[in-house]
Amino acid sequence: MNLDTLIDGIAAACLVAGALLSLAAGVALLRFPDLLSRMHAATKPQVLGLLLALLGGALRLRNTIDITTLVLVGVFQLATAPVAAHMVGRAAYRDQQLRRDLLVTDELATNPPIDDESRNHRPRS
Amino acid sequence: MLTVVAVAVTAVLAISAGLALIRLIRGPSVLDRVVAMDVLLAIVLSGIATEAAYSRDGSALPVLVVLSILGFTGSVSVARFATRDGQK
Repeated sequence: MNLDTLIDGIAAACLVAGALLSLAAGVALLRFPDLLSRMHAATKPQVLGLLLALLGGALRLRNTIDITTLVLVGVFQLATAPVAAHMVGRAAYRDQQLRRDLLVTDELATNPPIDDESRNHRPRS
Repeated sequence: MLTVVAVAVTAVLAISAGLALIRLIRGPSVLDRVVAMDVLLAIVLSGIATEAAYSRDGSALPVLVVLSILGFTGSVSVARFATRDGQK
């Protein structure tokens, strides 16, 4: 068993693990009860699955240019997935699209609720 | 790489893409659909990376960069402007 075969085997294992994490994210997306918990599925297992798939690709391609591109995609995904999830979660909270009975704690609850009157006047940032 | 691994990974990714697609169609609010779209896009990225790994051909990798940038821009802009499904 030479080194190339070993690295190819590790790459195959990474790809399989990434696909299984994607499957976990898909199942969770379908089964979780409300938007905030679905967001959890979309950010954590999905990003880890994508990173494992990229790692598998990098182990398989083994040249500098392709690995640089894959690292760029991975870093970009790690930087943007929290931002996108934060935007979605904030929009969901503002529109009250969440199930209060599932929340353990609501750290934003001390703020006065935004009614439609004040929503029209304040900038929606 | 074994062809078996490639076929298995493709099948599993297809199943998860189908699940995300079901949520994309059903999912009651716009934000649910944004989240499902994000997951679907990440699955597509995984599929392209798997294809590149299987064929040892890195020519599809710039597509990954473009797709991840587009997905981020899309979900952030939709989440920024999404209100109560236009019922306001």
